[in-house]
Amino acid sequence: MPTVSVKRDLLFHALGRTYTDEEFDELCFEFGLELDEITSEKDIISREQGDTKAEGASDVILYKIDVPANRYDLLCLEGLVRGLQVFKQKMEAPRYRRVSPASSEPQRLVITEETTAVRPHAVAAVLRNITFTQERYDSFIELQEKLHQNVCRKRTLVAIGTHDLDTISGPFTYTAKPPGDIRFKPLNQAKEYTAQELMSLYKTDSHLRHYLHIIEDEAVYPVIYDSNGIVLSMPPIINGDHSKISLNTKNVFIECTATDLTKAKIVLDMMVTMFCEYCEEPFTVEEAEVVYPDGRTCQYPELAYRKETLSADFINRKVGISESTEHIAQLLTKMCLRSEVMSDGEQIEVEIPPTRSDVIHACDIMEDAAMAYGFNNIPRTTPRTYTIANQLPLNKLSELLRQDLAAAGFTEALTFALCSQEDIADKLLKNISETRACRISNPKTAEFQVARTTLLSGLLKTVAANRKMPLPLRLFEISDVVLKDESKDVGARNNRRLCAVYYNKSPGFEVIHGLMDRVMQLLEIKPGQGNGYHIQAADDSTFFPGRCAEIFACGKSIGRLGVLHPDVINRFELTMPCSALDIDIEHFL
Amino acid sequence: MADTGLVETLLQRVEKVDGGLDSQDVATSLGVDHQAIVGAVKSLQALGDVISAEQRSSKHWELTGEGCEIAEQGSHEARVVSSIPEEGMPQSQLMKLAFGKVGFSKAMSNKWIRLDKGHEGGPRIFKTVERLEDLVRDKLLLVQKGQASQLEEKEKNELKKRKLLSEVTVKSYWITKGSCFSTTITKQETELTPEMIASGSWKEKKFKPYNFEAMGVALDCGHLHPLMKVRTQFRQIFLEMGFTEMPTNNFIESSFWNFDSLFQPQQHPARDQHDTFFLSDPAQAHEFPQDYLERVRKVHSEGGFGSQGYKYDWKIEEAQKNILRTHTTAVSARMLYKLAQQEKFTPVKYFSIDRVFRNETLDATHLAEFHQIEGVVADFGLTLGDLMGILHQFFNKLGLKKWVEVGNSGMFRPEMLLPMGLPEGVTVIAWGLSLERPTMIKYGINNIRELVGHKVNLQMVYDSPVCRLDS
Repeated sequence: MPTVSVKRDLLFHALGRTYTDEEFDELCFEFGLELDEITSEKDIISREQGDTKAEGASDVILYKIDVPANRYDLLCLEGLVRGLQVFKQKMEAPRYRRVSPASSEPQRLVITEETTAVRPHAVAAVLRNITFTQERYDSFIELQEKLHQNVCRKRTLVAIGTHDLDTISGPFTYTAKPPGDIRFKPLNQAKEYTAQELMSLYKTDSHLRHYLHIIEDEAVYPVIYDSNGIVLSMPPIINGDHSKISLNTKNVFIECTATDLTKAKIVLDMMVTMFCEYCEEPFTVEEAEVVYPDGRTCQYPELAYRKETLSADFINRKVGISESTEHIAQLLTKMCLRSEVMSDGEQIEVEIPPTRSDVIHACDIMEDAAMAYGFNNIPRTTPRTYTIANQLPLNKLSELLRQDLAAAGFTEALTFALCSQEDIADKLLKNISETRACRISNPKTAEFQVARTTLLSGLLKTVAANRKMPLPLRLFEISDVVLKDESKDVGARNNRRLCAVYYNKSPGFEVIHGLMDRVMQLLEIKPGQGNGYHIQAADDSTFFPGRCAEIFACGKSIGRLGVLHPDVINRFELTMPCSALDIDIEHFL
Repeated sequence: MADTGLVETLLQRVEKVDGGLDSQDVATSLGVDHQAIVGAVKSLQALGDVISAEQRSSKHWELTGEGCEIAEQGSHEARVVSSIPEEGMPQSQLMKLAFGKVGFSKAMSNKWIRLDKGHEGGPRIFKTVERLEDLVRDKLLLVQKGQASQLEEKEKNELKKRKLLSEVTVKSYWITKGSCFSTTITKQETELTPEMIASGSWKEKKFKPYNFEAMGVALDCGHLHPLMKVRTQFRQIFLEMGFTEMPTNNFIESSFWNFDSLFQPQQHPARDQHDTFFLSDPAQAHEFPQDYLERVRKVHSEGGFGSQGYKYDWKIEEAQKNILRTHTTAVSARMLYKLAQQEKFTPVKYFSIDRVFRNETLDATHLAEFHQIEGVVADFGLTLGDLMGILHQFFNKLGLKKWVEVGNSGMFRPEMLLPMGLPEGVTVIAWGLSLERPTMIKYGINNIRELVGHKVNLQMVYDSPVCRLDS
């Protein structure tokens, strides 16, 4: 969930009234938001860097508001205020309009063939005769950053560039060139650099270095020129210094380059709908024409309004309420979804504005109706769904055995399913190739290299962490290990194991053997060959030679028991002899 | 129990004196070992306030073994003199006697004997005195009679240096009458025995009172892990509510079932390397239900089933990537797909509690793996009111009033359900929460590492109470 930080007084001014913190918290809840924190810049700096650094910082009160992940229209003060005002029925949702320039051709952005390989999409628009103040300007910059972090997926999907249109002249060309051939003065730098130089310059930039990987290994880098060869931007990394906007900028050219066209259109719509209220003619956006390599042209921003028709009955049935068609239409209108009751008195025509890209199905409209109705006002009902409960046989067996293993004097451990390769191989004197282990490709540390293939290492690590406890230590765990298995759709399967260890001054083979006898007794398997169980000497590198046996039940090998090899004891940083039991309990289902 | 006769004698002695008496004196006067008197005192103390005994310590002088020998037979030098006949004795013969060496040098220095070195047949010793005063013996006899105080400190120290005397610390009791003093006592039994039960003798016996302040003996027993105890309770709650357990024993899942089938777009940040564990071996899943996969592709990339879709280029390669499942909802998806393949739809209530994995930054409340609890209900005509009602019932059973903090809930989207083939009117409501979070709240644990994993303190496991969620 993204968090939006707004100045409280500015917010109240725009809302036309003040609220107590509690009142505002309540309003947020009703509107599906969460007032996360009340703070100030000074507080934040003081908390993160200490009081001395915070001296002189602003103590203007900030509201930090959690916004649902797909509500891009609430990521800035302008959008929040508009949403809340419509919700409180203080204003009607504005109608955003795309207009042609008054006295000239629209700005054109020409996409060349070269971009196909690296970043094929671009859209653009113009905010004409806009008036910035310091707050509006800050919010404008902040919204770009928020969009970049969220819907733009850290600029991989979409990158936004905003330019002072009066410093450049169209038509603009979006192309891609070898990095050595791109040369310009980037934003806030004193001199010109080639693209290659920029990539190494920004290697150490705390902000920009995170985006370099997006194009770093490409043969050509995306770049936008004006008709005089001035570089507007090298997306998704940096804009040119020449066209940078300022408080005095009157006309803003916005371009979005993308790998995902749908997202680019959404992002452009968000940028312009949020700030076109500051244009001379509010809520209008001047179109720009994008020319594709194949000659097609498109006008942007799309600012598309879409209509959905649904019935009041559908909403009532899904939410579990029984409201009139009119009331439901009102509720939806409060959520910026302008709705009208159709002539039959039952159907509602809902208009989805370009700001609500999150509404992609009738179920989203239903959810908005429920929210406007108030989740807490919905009567709580019990589903009449009649079903008989069943336990998963494997889990039922595990639960029963756990109880009886504890009754046998063993204590249950709970260890991790992920571990290092060393834990399941080297430390148990096994070769990793014989373990059938599944391997993780992106572990942050060695603790998460593989999924465990045995419970034994986890138990031995538990013993090692509890060496100060009185002896003997008797531990068990019943849980899953993971093994590669070609026969499964994902190439692996879980296997439920029962593992126990006895750690004391003497190896206690007889104790662990006794536990195995007890488990067999619990499973109603009698000693003996054939349909019974028996053990038979076995060679296993984890165990002390001559002190390991394989367990057979109903003619199948189900596991091993024995005294652990002294090298295993050492590798787990233990000092006492230890015996262990490890069986697969899936045979007993 | 001390000898009853001795206990009674002691009580009679205590009765006769006005103030009190010293256990050491009693031992001397009765001619018994002091330890026997101490035993009698202890057993009287155990009977309650019959006597009161205050421990004291005093120092006194005692003869050593050698000291006793001298007190009995005379000092070595005196014995040397008395063993020499009138005609004298060869030195070599004297030296063979046990007391010879020490006695010879002492007698020489006392001038009680003389040595004729030039005597015919070797050096010979002669007495020079007829009678002598054996002072050493006299002093030791005084000490033996308990009259050490008549000797000067210097004399005592000299005898100590000769290892004939030693100073010992004696512990004794100063015994006085207690508030329940009596000269007759009944012996108290400590425990009921099979013989007493057989003979009925327990009826006549008095039993020593137990000390109820003491702790019982620590039992040697096994224990269940607290998190697993809470899991058992959650299972119980679901079973009581009629939910059937899902087979979640598949930690490795394909991105298809974990994400795509749930209508989660392929660019979603949860599918990032920073959030999800991907597998390098086995890296890819194969075998998907082909027609279903095609419907999933279509709803993502083009929409359909009433949806606009996400309108992006959906790639099978992304869906094939194997991961460690990030939620058990992957299993719910498989189950709902399976349900949709039935000839006729039947309503279901499903639950699961099992491990899920996140490649997250670890802190006090986040581990790379945790247990997810999930409940799913699928039926015709379920409402948001039903979801809130069932959540209310579920959390009521938990005894948790504020549950919004710990879980997530909602209705599955039509874009997930319809491509599976579930009938149009079927709604699926679901909720999930972690097992660890409520357990930490329940047991007041702040760091998740104190609850799960190999580093937990087993004492915590040994000491954890039973889990009753609703109390």
